[in-house]
Formats: sequence, structure tokens, C-alpha cells
Amino acid sequence: MSRRAIVLAVILLLLAAVPPLAAAFNQPFYLELVRRVMIFAIAALSLNLILGYGGLISFGHAAYLGIGAYAVGVLAYYGINNGFLQWALAMVASALVALVIGAISIRASGIYFIMITLAFTQMLYYLGISIEEYGGDDGMRLEVKSQFAGLVDLNNPTAFYYVVLAILIAFLYLGHRLVNSRFGMVIRAARSNEARTRAIGFSPYPYRLAAFVIAGAMCGLAGALLVNHTVFLTPEFMNWTRSGELMFMVIMGGMGTTAGPVLGAFALLLLEDVLSGITAHWQIILGPILVLVVLFAKRGLAGLLPGGREDG
Amino acid sequence: MAEAAGGGPLLEVRGLCKLFGALRATDNVALDVREGETHAIIGPNGAGKTTLIGQLSGTLRPNAGEIRFAGEDITRLPAPARSKKGLARSFQITSIYRDFTALENVSLAVQAHAGHSFRFWRPARAERALRTPALAILEEVGLGARADVVAANLAHGEQRQLEIAMVLATSPRLLLLDEPVAGMGTEETQRMVEFLGTLKGRKTMVLVEHDMDAVFTLADRISVLVYGRIIATGAPEEIRTNPEVRGAYLGEEAAA
Repeated sequence: MSRRAIVLAVILLLLAAVPPLAAAFNQPFYLELVRRVMIFAIAALSLNLILGYGGLISFGHAAYLGIGAYAVGVLAYYGINNGFLQWALAMVASALVALVIGAISIRASGIYFIMITLAFTQMLYYLGISIEEYGGDDGMRLEVKSQFAGLVDLNNPTAFYYVVLAILIAFLYLGHRLVNSRFGMVIRAARSNEARTRAIGFSPYPYRLAAFVIAGAMCGLAGALLVNHTVFLTPEFMNWTRSGELMFMVIMGGMGTTAGPVLGAFALLLLEDVLSGITAHWQIILGPILVLVVLFAKRGLAGLLPGGREDG
Repeated sequence: MAEAAGGGPLLEVRGLCKLFGALRATDNVALDVREGETHAIIGPNGAGKTTLIGQLSGTLRPNAGEIRFAGEDITRLPAPARSKKGLARSFQITSIYRDFTALENVSLAVQAHAGHSFRFWRPARAERALRTPALAILEEVGLGARADVVAANLAHGEQRQLEIAMVLATSPRLLLLDEPVAGMGTEETQRMVEFLGTLKGRKTMVLVEHDMDAVFTLADRISVLVYGRIIATGAPEEIRTNPEVRGAYLGEEAAA
């Protein structure tokens, strides 16, 4: 077991210890806070697959948070509360939208790719605002959380917490397998040196598109979790600032590292939480911190951890 | 797939033109590369050698003309498809995966020619089907002991060797080598020329090179490219004594 794996295991054990600790100190707020952070960590790690490992600078990843959330919210609105169905739809719908956006945007490169992904997400954002039936820009309450036939009850904060943690761990493992598989080697190779990759016989497009779809589906599940967490559906989930936050989590945590997105999600959201308690203008403090991390920690926070060369 | 065995050239270029604005970087080039030969392309800086290689390997689209490989028209084929057909290229500026180990670099090249890569679960690093051939090729180019070194940490000459290893790992029928000894020291150059000598006859090679010792050691035939045009093609001795070539190119080299 490498030292990095040990660090990751320690982080996950700490996360597992949060509910009993929060209960012991009678601080349920922290349970909610860490749960929210983990949901964003799931979204960030899905973005890390394409941004960190694939080199695709998607500035529209919040779209899938929104689609996942709407899949749950809209089904619930029509009285369909089956969680298996809702979450499956969240992932499938996100995958399909990612397929369309990816098919168009991945052919472009550089700034055009960034702008196309942003434009599509803004379209979805305004679509959410314009549909009055589902609350428009006011959003709407999620009356009933996703139901799992008595298997788990998301109304129980601790049970919900462990569901999120389990999904986070599962996705970390899936991601780890993925980036080290043949498939993962191709998308990393295409990021590292596209001309060489094409010259040895790989056409990167289908692999990148597949990665884009997988990342979209994973983020869609994060969206399904998020709406159950906030109990409120709003197009704000898809706001471009949300996409930016996800990018920051990945970049600050360490692009193309396993633990990076998790660390980045914690760092960004906890900083936000702490700083906003100090001043209403907390972003003035957060901004320079982000700049410093980007400038001085080349591999992000994960690069500061012990363990040498990062792979996946 | 025995088209070229009938005696026709493996690579056949006709009427190839590439324009960059008003500049004719490739001007009505015709070129035949026979199966098994080492065909050097020489010419002064800016003659259009790399542009020509780019069109042969599929990174650049010609404005006119035809490229046939093993009897098949590949003029419109993109680079990855040409690689699948057996054309492999090394770049003038070393093109490797700097953040991967030497073994991973070569394994990727093996993988590219081992079916599709929509395999999401097994770690590629542990796959014997990729490792074994990749290690064998690293041994062949003399990097066997350096397999687990991250490519960025290899010496310049070793990086050039690594790129050749990647080229070989695609089991090519034709190697397009763009200045394989560029930037190398005397000793490294000698080792590379020796190694390319061991490929001679076994592999068909197009060799773009400035190092005249390397060219005259390795080439069976030489084509001289000046201002985008091939002014002469022939055996090394013919080229050495060709007055037009001496005037355009070798003369200045000899004087220097």
C-alpha cells in the first residue's frame, strides 16, 4: 500500500467518523456541512476525469448537477418518488445530454471547447428559469425525498450521510480503475501529447467523448444527491459560477489525482464557510488564496501530500 | 496485403503540392519508396522536408497530389488511420509522453495496435499482452534498464531512442524518421546510426536528416529537396557527384 493510499484511507475513515462525532458533540450542523461537501466532491471527481485526466477544460459541468437534480425533482413533482428510478433517470439523462454536448464540443479545441460547454450550460440554466411549471427561477421544494423501498431512509440524516459517503468511495474506486485501464491510458495520453497519440494510431475523439459521458452520468448522480440534500430544486444548480466552483475544486485539489477533488471540495467549501462567518466580503479573501494555491502548489493540495508521483 | 510485393513501390507520391499562402512548401513532388529500402531526404533548411513528412504521415493535408501506400490511396486518410495501415512517424522535436515511464510510453504504442481500447477495468500496466512486447522493444533499442524511468528524466538521446521504440512498437511497414539524430552528441549519434543500421533491410525507412555522415552510412537512395522540389533522386554516389546537388546543397556543406 502506497503512502498516498494510506492518506486517502485516513481521510475516508475520518469522514466515516463524522456522524458519531457530530452526535457526541451535539453538532448536527457539521453532519450537514460535510455531507454537502462530499456531494460536491463527487461532482468534482467526475469533472476531474475529463479535466484532470482528459485535459478537457469543461466550463459547463454544473449542467449535470442541474439535470440530476431536475430528474429527481420533476419525477417527485409528478408523484414518482422511487429513488432507484429517480437516480437512474438522473444518470441516464445526464449521460445523454453529455453525449450531445460532448459530440459537438469535443471536436473544437482550446477556448472554443470552453465556450461551447459554457454556452450549453447557460442554455439549460435559462431553460430551468423559463419553466414556470417547475418553479422557474424561484425553484420549488422537493416535498418527498427519494424513496428506497424501506432500504434506506434519506430523512435520517446519518443514513443519508453514509449513502453519500458510500457513493463517494465507490466513485473514487471506479475512477481509479478507469484512469489506469487501457481506456484511461488513452485519454491521459491524448492530454499529455495529442500529436504523438494520433501518430501511434489512436483517434482521441471517441475516447474523449466516452469519458465526457461517463463524467456527466457521475455528476448527474451528484445532482440527485444535492437536491435531496437541499430539499429544494433551483436552476441555480446550473449557474455558470457553479461550474467555476467545480473547476476550482479540481484545480486547487490537484488535477489528475485521486484525492485531489475531495481535498479541493473540502478546502473550497470550508473556506467559504469560515470566511463568510468573518466578513460578508469573504470572496475578497478567498480569491487571493486560490491564486496562491494555483501559483505555488503545482499539483494542488494533493501534491502537498506525501507519496511521490501521482498516477491515479 | 501483398500489393507491394509485386515490385511496385511501398510508398508512391505523385504531384504533391502544399501551399502556405504564396509559399510552395511542397512543389509537385514525386517520390517512390521501395519495399525494404532506406530512402533519405536531404535538403537545406526550409526546403520543406518536415512539411513533406507531415503530409506523408497525415498531419498535414496536401493541396494537390496523391499519396499511395501499399497500392492504396491514403491521401485523405487522417494520421491515426495511416498508423493502423503501418505508417509510423518520429518527430523532429522529440514527441513522447514526458510524464509516463518509458515502459508506459511503449505500451501505449503497442496498445494502439491491439484492438479497441474501450476497456475500462483492468489496469493496463499489469497487462502482459502490452508489457511483454513493450519490454522486448525497449531492450532492442537499448533502454531495457530504463523501463521504469519517467520519460522526462531520461537523457535527450534516450528520449530519442524511446521515440524510435514507440515507432517500432506499432509494427510499422514504413518508418518516417524526421531527423532522428538531431541534437545528439557524437557518441549518441553513433549509437543511433548503428541501431538504425540494424533495422536496415528489415524495415522500409524514409529518413530526413541533416547529418550527412548518417545519411551516407544508412541510405540506399537519396532524394534532394530544394525549395519544395525534388531536384535529384539516386544512389548515394550519384547524389554526391551530381553537380546540381553540389551547387544547391552539398557544396555549401563541403565548404563549411
